Amino acid sequence: MSLITTLARLEAVGSGRAQPAATVRHRHLSDRPLVFVPLTTAGETGAPLGALVGTDRDAPRLLAVPQPRDRDLRFAFLADLADIVLPYVDAYAASVEAAERTETDPETGKRVKVEAELCADAPQLIVPSRAGLDFVRLLGRSMRFRRTAEQDPDAPYPAPPRVPLLGRWLTHYGERSRVPGSSLLLALTEVLSRHWATGQSGLEDQHLGALLAWIDPPDGLTGAEAARRAELERDPAGQLLCPPAGPATDPAFDNKLLAPAIERYDRARTALAAAEDPLEADDRLAALTAAERDVRDLVASRTRPTWDAVWRGLDLLRALPAGAQVEGRWTRDRWSFTGHRDRVLAGEPPQPRRDDAVTAANKLATREREQGRLEAQEALDDPLVMAGRRLTGEAFAGEVTDVVPAYSEGKRPSPRPLVTVRTDDRPHLAERAKVYRSLNGRPQSAEYVGCEGDGVLVVRILDKMGRGKEPEPGSVPEKGDRVCFTLFEHEQRGGAKLPDPEETPWTHGGPPGEPAPEAPDTVTEEDVL
Amino acid sequence: MDKARLATALGAPSGFGQSQFALTRGNAFEAKVKADGGAELLRLVHARLDPGAEAPAGAAVPDLTAHGPEGRTARTALALREAVRAGGWTLLDHPMLALDVAGSLAFLEPDAVVVHPDGGWSVVEIKSFPMVDGSADPAKVGAAARQAAVYVLALEEVAARLDPVPRVHHRVLLVCPRDFSNLPTGSAVDVRKQRAVTARQLARLTRVEEIAGALPEGTCFAPDRSAEELTAAVEAVPATYAPECLAACELAFHCRERARAAGAVTRLGRPLRAELGGLATVGEVLAAAHGETGDPDDPAVAALRRAAALRAEALRSADEAAALRAEALRAAGRAPSPRAEAGEVSACP
Repeated sequence: MSLITTLARLEAVGSGRAQPAATVRHRHLSDRPLVFVPLTTAGETGAPLGALVGTDRDAPRLLAVPQPRDRDLRFAFLADLADIVLPYVDAYAASVEAAERTETDPETGKRVKVEAELCADAPQLIVPSRAGLDFVRLLGRSMRFRRTAEQDPDAPYPAPPRVPLLGRWLTHYGERSRVPGSSLLLALTEVLSRHWATGQSGLEDQHLGALLAWIDPPDGLTGAEAARRAELERDPAGQLLCPPAGPATDPAFDNKLLAPAIERYDRARTALAAAEDPLEADDRLAALTAAERDVRDLVASRTRPTWDAVWRGLDLLRALPAGAQVEGRWTRDRWSFTGHRDRVLAGEPPQPRRDDAVTAANKLATREREQGRLEAQEALDDPLVMAGRRLTGEAFAGEVTDVVPAYSEGKRPSPRPLVTVRTDDRPHLAERAKVYRSLNGRPQSAEYVGCEGDGVLVVRILDKMGRGKEPEPGSVPEKGDRVCFTLFEHEQRGGAKLPDPEETPWTHGGPPGEPAPEAPDTVTEEDVL
Repeated sequence: MDKARLATALGAPSGFGQSQFALTRGNAFEAKVKADGGAELLRLVHARLDPGAEAPAGAAVPDLTAHGPEGRTARTALALREAVRAGGWTLLDHPMLALDVAGSLAFLEPDAVVVHPDGGWSVVEIKSFPMVDGSADPAKVGAAARQAAVYVLALEEVAARLDPVPRVHHRVLLVCPRDFSNLPTGSAVDVRKQRAVTARQLARLTRVEEIAGALPEGTCFAPDRSAEELTAAVEAVPATYAPECLAACELAFHCRERARAAGAVTRLGRPLRAELGGLATVGEVLAAAHGETGDPDDPAVAALRRAAALRAEALRSADEAAALRAEALRAAGRAPSPRAEAGEVSACP
């Protein structure tokens, strides 16, 4: 945490309200995001208990598993989830626009532009918290190797159709969420704490209710009081008033409410199975339905507050204007979405359990590059983020006090004007260090020449001044202008090209060979998914 | 002392608890792993920790029941000695070990300890979180490794009393359900680092007698006392709250409240202390940042003032930009209502 964020947090403590940590919104928000509030069963890996899901804040779809240990009921849940998520995804996959993509020509090895389809927009998935991201990944992993009866008639427990496809999409979204700055799958707590500094620790910020309490406390309460209430206050029956955002549930809820309800459901089901005449069966079916409804009501009571909180958080974020380069990053997300859509359409197998060396290295390189890009773009979009970089000596801003025309040596002298900037910042400049400023959205580079006294720096502008002998108007700052130079580059350079998978060196396991289709997980009588 | 009851009596109950689903599942898994005289467990130990040894068929599983924790500790030590003398594989199911923590004896119960044919001992930790595609949640694995490191230290104390001293392996076996099944799979975890850290922390702990000696006469933590008396009693024991406490200690909520009342900055995280130098309270930091107090030559104060000035400047420019945007919108004839501008945020229920 930088000092400037620390200060913001302490100001939040002092004022009793979260303080801005950003002045613009740094993540894309879809007009129609799909919000997913899942709950899981404690101790069972990826055994969902229920979820609220949907794109309409007033009409979420409630899915519940009355007995999470029952495979058929879990499959029914996943099939229902697929019926909600996949049509939403398909709607975006169908609408495309023409775009260009640079590809390496396999024959000449040159970079050429090719025509490609790009989805006009992409579906966006929102979960309440970071644990929700992990759960999406886990659900994806648990489903994508399942076999349907159509794929494998001998599968011992065939999955409902479309469930493996949902697994592939969730896996893709889970992987993409690891790329810094991507917005296909967002955890609301992370986005909110990017934009506001609360008067509590980062650990406590992972509680959605407490985080919202700091950002937007109810009338008459300070953020600290409201956050404490959200975290700890229980009703007379011992249940939390603001249930955890999940997917894990509160142990008191599990033990006092959920376990008895599930037990009633089990008993009703056993009774129904043992019913001997139709009249008796009718009564017992009614009892079973009632027991099932009880579990559904319990799931709804734990997910609905979170559901409302997620939409409230989205409202708060929407009130911020989007950063200038958010759209550009979203376009990368759209490419990512389109790429996966094409892989699914081409009939490629699901993502492997383990990436081969080249894919893994590429993924890491992408994440590193995107991290650099995100840091630079956020600073350029947002004066508050830039202030943090100025404080750490990675940028400086000030007023131009002098401009001296100068020229490069050589046959055709080009303009290399010297600009003197007076600044209060203390940048860590080495001799001839490169600095950059944004000129109409494109980086103009300059070189540090020297220091003419306290806070007076001279830089030489190097490019973006046109081809003529005189710099183009507007391309060189004038006396009295406010300028901001950064020591970091604005655009990320691609790293060294990695070899093709077939050329993987032996140090990295050698070529992966023919991709063998991944076997489905072995199933046992009592396994959970 | 029951810290959870004490916390409740103090008016800041801890949020700890375990779901019965997790408990049932965990117990069922452990029973499955240890079924058939621990055949599956020993197979995993053999495969992951000691593949060079003979196959573990017909391992001894000594009976460790005894009266009271001291009795069980003595029984465990005896069984360990006999197992080394007998050679071959031995599985100790839920042995009991004792470890000196700050001058008082703590009894520990590992899930299992295995004696190898060469006389070496290793700790087995059975957990019910899954290992999906060979990897598990790093936070949970870390916690399991720290727990196992304590058992390794306690075993080393038992081993030191034998002659020759048997080797206690620093690689422990972590047994978890594989993928989404409840079939066990194991992974060797190197706990050398955790062991060294724990050993150092144990050596540095203030002895319980010293803490008790420093307390005022008549200090009592009985939960039936009034909240004020208990608060004073707890206050007498020095403690520094940090957010990490929330995951570990029943009294964390109480300490957090006290830290909040005192305005301590560490409740926002430990690293803050390093950044803020000698400024320990929120009031001090804010006053220093706004130029009201503090020595401007102090680097921490100077950096804070600089940060405050930069922050104020950035927020001002953002406000100006927002005003310009609103102006432009109005000029375009799409004046937003103030309600829409505020984002139509409803208050918290």
